[in-house]
Parts: sequence; C-alpha cells; structure tokens
Amino acid sequence: MSLVIDILSNISLLVGSLFCLAGAVGMLRMPDFYTRVHAASLIETAGAGFILLGLLLQAGFTLVAAKLLMIGLLILFASPTASHALARAALLRGLKPLLAEKGEQPSKP
Amino acid sequence: MLSAAVLAVLATIALALCRASLGPTVFDRLQAASTIGTAAMLLLALFGFLNGRPEFLDLALVYGLLNVVGVIAVLKFFRNGSLGGSVGDPD
Repeated sequence: MSLVIDILSNISLLVGSLFCLAGAVGMLRMPDFYTRVHAASLIETAGAGFILLGLLLQAGFTLVAAKLLMIGLLILFASPTASHALARAALLRGLKPLLAEKGEQPSKP
Repeated sequence: MLSAAVLAVLATIALALCRASLGPTVFDRLQAASTIGTAAMLLLALFGFLNGRPEFLDLALVYGLLNVVGVIAVLKFFRNGSLGGSVGDPD
C-alpha cells in the first residue's frame, strides 16, 4: 500500500515538473503577450496542481495535508484571476494581439 | 524525485526571470513576476518536504497571499493611473 502511494506520488511530481518546464519554455519562446499568458497559466494550474498532489500523497492525513490543500486552493483561485486581470488590463491599454498577415491563408476550422 | 522537482521549479524560475528581463511590454514583466511568485510557493513547499520540515508551508501560504495582493494592486495602478479611483468604467 505504501509502495503504491510512493509510486503515485513520484509520478505526480514528475508530471508536475514536466508541466512547469513546458510552461516556462513556452513563456520564453511564444511570440505574443497573450500567448505567453496562456503558457504561464499552464505553470500555475497544471504544474502547481500536480506538484501539490504529489506532496499531498506523501503527507497523508495530517495538518500538513490541510495546509497543502489551502495552498492549492489559494493558487487555483488567485492565479487565474491575476492572469485574467493582466490580459484585460493589457487589452484596455491598447496592446493588440498578434494576428495572421494579410496575404496568409486563414487556417481552416 | 523531490530533488528533481526542486530542480525543475528552479529552472522555471530562471526562464521566467529571462522573460522578465527581456520582456518588451510591462505586462510581460508583471506576468513573469506573478509566475515567479507561484514557483516560489512551490519551491518552499518542496524544500520543506525535502528537508523533512513541513513548517515551511506556512511561509508558502503567506508568500502566496502577498503575491496576489501585490499583482492586483500593480494592475489597478496601470489601469487607472492611481491606486484610488473607480474600478468599473473601462477607459
């Protein structure tokens, strides 16, 4: 039983680390501010969620698990709100999204 | 696996720092700052588990609250031109 929980926790930590790295590389390489917001919110939802899930499986039913849940709820409520407010402030400030060029074929839906 | 996760979060912070230093607009820098704050919370939690001292989670909670309040305050400043002012009307 303990071995199963250890394996699940390690897998969850690994997946969370991969999501964090993917989001960070996307933040560095995406061409536009709005696409960078998308990449950064990957870190704040999937990466943080999986890493906290892995720690939660290691903690068991203790006070530490309650604190981890509080941190997870805080991240899940606050970070998308901050991202949304940021994109909205940028749009109201007149920052245009990067769209397709005039001569380019639009992508088929 | 805990140390691997710590390394991944450190690499995330480094890449976000690159974006914060060369981001063209101020919103890029703010997004990078918010991401660094979230990654620092994760780093505190992971580091506490790595050392066997989960009391670091309290520090992570306080850091997250400060991060959220700071980002919202700075955004309000950039949108309204001041920290007072009305919230509702755009422009």
